[in-house]
Amino acid sequence: MKKNNAVLLSAPYLIWMVVFTLIPLGVVAYYALTDPSTGAFSLGNLANLGMYLPVLWQSIVYSLVSACICLILGYPVAYFIAHCSVRAQKFLYMLVMLPMCMSFLLRTLAWVGLLQDTGIINTLLGKIGIGPLTMIRTPGAVVLGMVYNYLPYMILPLYATIVKIDPRLIEAAEDLGCNGVQVFSRVVLPLSVPGILSGMTMVFVPSVSTFYISQKLGGTDTVLIGDVIERQFKQGNNPNLGAALSLVLMLLVLVCTSILNRFGGDQEEGGVLV
Amino acid sequence: MSKELIRLQDLTMEFDGERILDGINLYFNDHEFLTLLGPSGCGKTTTLRIIGGFLTPTSGKVIFDGKVVNDLPPYQRQVNTVFQRYALFPHLDVYDNVAFGLKVAKVPKDEIRQRVTEILETVSLKGYENRRVDSLSGGQQQRVAIARALVNRPKVLLLDEPLAALDLRLRKDMQNELKRIQQATGITFIYVTHDQEEALSMSDTVVVMDKGRIQQIGRPEDIYNEPKNAFVADFIGESNILDGVMLSDYHVRFFGRVFDCVDKGFAPNESVDVVIRPEDIDIVPQDQGHLVGTVTSITFKGLNYDIIVEFKGFKWLIQTTDYHPVGAVIGIRLNPEDIHIMHKSEYSGMFGDYSSYSAEYDELTEDAGDEEE
Repeated sequence: MKKNNAVLLSAPYLIWMVVFTLIPLGVVAYYALTDPSTGAFSLGNLANLGMYLPVLWQSIVYSLVSACICLILGYPVAYFIAHCSVRAQKFLYMLVMLPMCMSFLLRTLAWVGLLQDTGIINTLLGKIGIGPLTMIRTPGAVVLGMVYNYLPYMILPLYATIVKIDPRLIEAAEDLGCNGVQVFSRVVLPLSVPGILSGMTMVFVPSVSTFYISQKLGGTDTVLIGDVIERQFKQGNNPNLGAALSLVLMLLVLVCTSILNRFGGDQEEGGVLV
Repeated sequence: MSKELIRLQDLTMEFDGERILDGINLYFNDHEFLTLLGPSGCGKTTTLRIIGGFLTPTSGKVIFDGKVVNDLPPYQRQVNTVFQRYALFPHLDVYDNVAFGLKVAKVPKDEIRQRVTEILETVSLKGYENRRVDSLSGGQQQRVAIARALVNRPKVLLLDEPLAALDLRLRKDMQNELKRIQQATGITFIYVTHDQEEALSMSDTVVVMDKGRIQQIGRPEDIYNEPKNAFVADFIGESNILDGVMLSDYHVRFFGRVFDCVDKGFAPNESVDVVIRPEDIDIVPQDQGHLVGTVTSITFKGLNYDIIVEFKGFKWLIQTTDYHPVGAVIGIRLNPEDIHIMHKSEYSGMFGDYSSYSAEYDELTEDAGDEEE
């Protein structure tokens, strides 16, 4: 009886999942495994992927670098917020969320205005006799775009994990002889691992598949796998190859995240794992 | 002859203008089992946290081995704490929890292994080394917490209501266990509890606290037999507390009758509180009694009956092994040593009347599971 109710209640979402996730996935797989001209079953698309491996690798490196920078920037912020008064916590939490209320496209475009050769930063630098510096169309700009856009996804799960660490554990560590640094390295950091993994995943996944950031802020040598896929559908007119790339990317993301989560496999405390 | 280890001098503590501790003066001897006993909010946990270094007193001194340690952080003090609800590290197994302090102190690996193994044996947890702490029962977690503190061989072990979360049977076992460990190791135990029975059965010295002040310090027997004021008399065991007048040494008048007693040194005709323990009262046929009253309720308690007897509008609690039905008229006799006289205090008139007996008992049972913040 109860089980039936649960099925009934979740039916709308299940139907949604089937129609808009499972079936499209099937379509992607179908395209990936069929020949563009004949429509017959073929592994040709997958065989052609070799030439895109450097781009794929570049995407992973950029995303990992971004995730690590987000962690380094985000951890102190999350730690700080978690140790504020409840009222301040609410306010700061909202502040972290605030950029997410603005359009992702707009936020990225704003960086173009800031970074371009005749942009705001270079204009200001010019006034004090520096520059102009080449900032846009560099790998740094792409990583910056990723970090800027996805930092909240790092801070929020970290905050959620850190705020749940029992203050008595910290007292216990102090009681057992830990100074501030040791309390952090022996208790706080290990207990933050679920949040770190969750944050890394939540930054890595959207970064590795992005194309907009690299298109707007990157140059010809910062092409990411997302760009390649987009091109196959829009300009290259080879949806079969695009589908094959998507499929491989998806598998890769799954492998990466499961490695990340296996890494912290014995951590069940807290954390908002995706 | 044991020597003094810790002294608290004129300790006061205020949070947001509220006075939590009000002039605490107390010393702790080496090898002693001392209990801070009192109701929720009496300041006992605050006192413990000041000794542990987690709080800095508003004024007064904490002296450890002759040195003022007010500003010494917890990790530099030779004390270890067993926390309420244990505070075990969830990311470490039993062994690493217990070894935590030794690893921080950079004790050689072999010695760590030996000491951890030894202490786990002491607390009967041999073979649990690699278990996750959240897979253990409450009693086992409790023992890990004790082992984690004891393995560092501190001079003083602070225990903050360590047994509050355990069920009654386990609590009794752990009381004996703790007492045994304390005697075996010779470490000074400072124990905080609101459970008077626990305090009486385990301690060498009991410090009764209320409203941020020490009400009485003494051996368990002295606290029970010679309570200093109505609060202590009521908090430790059950007491009937009556208004009386001390006519002269060894003579006290209450209920319009003069009784012989064993107390002296009061001013002539001084108003006093008279304490009579429910188990000390002898029930006799009414024609032989000093006082005659009517039974208004009876409760079976296993070992005895608790009966409420009304004397001239004032209700007493009497414990007896004989059954006396409601409505029975009985006499009671009081021997001189059953009557204990106390000076009047701020607590006079607040305790020791069993007119609202049942309500009070309900409150007590509710309190038993409570914990202090």
